[in-house]
Amino acid sequence: MKSGLILRPFLVVLLLAMVLRPVWFTPLLAPLAPENGPVIYERASLWSLTISHLGLVLAASLSATVVAVGLAVFVTRPIGAAFLPLSRTVTNIGQTFPPVAVLALAVPALGFGAGPTLVALFLYGLLPIFDNAVTGLRTLPPVTMDAARGIGLSPSQRLRTVELPLALPVILTGVRLSVVIALGTATIGSTVAARTLGEVIIAGLLTNNTAFVVQGGVITGLLALLIHDGLVLLEKRLSA
Amino acid sequence: MIEIDQLTKRFGETTAVDSVSMTVETGTITVIVGTSGSGKSTLMRMINRLEEPTSGQVRINGEATGTMTPHLLRRRIGYAIQGHGLFPHHTVARNIGAVPRLLGWPKAQIAERVDELLTLFSMAPDAFRDRYPGDLSGGQQQRVGVARALASRPDVMLMDEPFGALDPIIRHRAQEDLARIQRQLGSTIILVTHDMEEAIRLGDRVAVMDKGKLVQYARPSEIIANPASTFVREMLGDEDRPLRQLSLMHVSDLIEAGDADGVAIDADASLREALSACLWSGRDALPVAQGGRITLDAIRAQAEQPA
Repeated sequence: MKSGLILRPFLVVLLLAMVLRPVWFTPLLAPLAPENGPVIYERASLWSLTISHLGLVLAASLSATVVAVGLAVFVTRPIGAAFLPLSRTVTNIGQTFPPVAVLALAVPALGFGAGPTLVALFLYGLLPIFDNAVTGLRTLPPVTMDAARGIGLSPSQRLRTVELPLALPVILTGVRLSVVIALGTATIGSTVAARTLGEVIIAGLLTNNTAFVVQGGVITGLLALLIHDGLVLLEKRLSA
Repeated sequence: MIEIDQLTKRFGETTAVDSVSMTVETGTITVIVGTSGSGKSTLMRMINRLEEPTSGQVRINGEATGTMTPHLLRRRIGYAIQGHGLFPHHTVARNIGAVPRLLGWPKAQIAERVDELLTLFSMAPDAFRDRYPGDLSGGQQQRVGVARALASRPDVMLMDEPFGALDPIIRHRAQEDLARIQRQLGSTIILVTHDMEEAIRLGDRVAVMDKGKLVQYARPSEIIANPASTFVREMLGDEDRPLRQLSLMHVSDLIEAGDADGVAIDADASLREALSACLWSGRDALPVAQGGRITLDAIRAQAEQPA
C-alpha cells in the first residue's frame, strides 16, 4: 500500500515525461539506437499517437462493454436463457481468432486504418466482459433476489436497482481485463496503418532501432499498468 | 381477511400443497408450522404469487389475487424472510423505504415513516438511518428486514422463518418485539416456521402442515389439548405438552388470596415460568407482585391431561 503511494505518482510522471518530453530520454536511449541513427521517434508526436491509441481502446472497450453486458443481461433473463450456451460459444470463438487474423480478414472489408483495428479490439474485448457479467448476474445472493421479488420490484426494477449494482464489481473486473488486453493488442493495429503506439515499435523493428521499440513498448506498458491500477482501485471502492 | 380456497401446487409429479383451504382473520397472527418439505413455505409464497398456484384461489378482502399484476400485488403485502434479504448496497433508510418509494410516496413522508419504524424497533434513527446492512448485527438486520416489510402499512404481512437465523436469546426478543408490534399496529401476519414452540408462542391460530396437507388449523390451546393426528402430537413433542400448555396461561388466571414467602412473580408471567420458579426455589407457593399468591397445586392442576 505504502509503496503504491510513492510508485504510482512516479509512474505517472515518468509516463507524461516520455510522451511529452521524449528528448529528455536521449542519453538513456542513445546506446540502444543504431550508430548515427535517430534516438527519439519524431515522425509523429508521441502525444498524438498516445491519444489516438487510447481513443481506439476506449471506443472498442466501450462498445464491447455495452454489447457484452447487454448480451449477458439477455441470456440471464428467462426469455434468453436458451441462448446462454450459444452465446458462450460465439464469444469464445471471438477470442480464439488471433488478432492478426482478424485484422487481415477485416482489411478487405473495411480498408486500412482504424476500422479493422476497432473490429479486432471489439471482438477481443467481448469475452472477458461477457463471461464476468454472466457470472456476476448469476451468482447474486438468492435471499436478496427473493426479497427483491417479494417486496414487489418489477423485473426491470430488479435489474436496474439490485442486479446490475450488485454485479458491478464483477463486471468491472471483466472490463479491466478487456481494456488491458486491448491496450496491448492495439499496437498490432499499426500493421494496417491505424495510428497507435505500435507505429513506433514497428518503425523500430523495421530499422533495427531498439530505442524506438523501447519507447513504444514502455509507454504502452505504463499505460496498461496505470489504467489497470486505476480500475482496481475503482472496483475496490465499489465493492467496499 | 384472507381466504385460501382449495389451493394446490404441483411441481411435476410431486404435490407440494394439496388442496388447502383456510381463512385468516384480519388483525391476527397465523402461524403455519410443519417440517421441511411439508409445503408450508410454498403455501405462503402462493399468497403473494412468488409461486403460481396450480389450482385454487386466494382472496384478500374478497378480491381474487390471480388477476392482479404480480409485482403490484406484492407491494400490498409485506414480505420478510430468513436471513433478512436486505439490499447490501442500500442504506438502512433506503431499505426500509423501498416499498413506499415504489408506491410513489413523497420523500418527506418516507423519511418520517423510516424514523418512526426505527424507533418502533428500538433503533435510534440518527444512529442507524445512514448505515449499511453489513454494519449491523444479525438481530438488527432482522429488525430492519421486518421494518421494511411493515413500511407501507400493508394489508397483510408474510414472514418466512423470519427468526430462523438468530441465536436463541435474540430470537426470543425478536418474537416478543413482533408480538408487541403486531398488537400495537393490529397487522395481519402469516408466519411460517418449523418450530412448534414459536408457533404456540406467537400464533392466534396455528396451521399444521404435513406432506402438503393442512392437518390441523386451530387455536394453540386447542392444538395442545386435542392434537388432530399422530404427526401433530409428534410436532408438539409429548414430553413437553404439559409445559406448552402452561406457557399459554398466565399467573393472573390462578391468583388466590393468601401469602407466600420469597421473591414475587409478575401477574403477566406464564404459568410455565411460575412452575419453574417454584421448582427452582423449592417453594409450594409464590407471592404475586400485584397481590395474592399462586400455588404449585393450582399450576399442576392446569398441566394435567384434559379429560
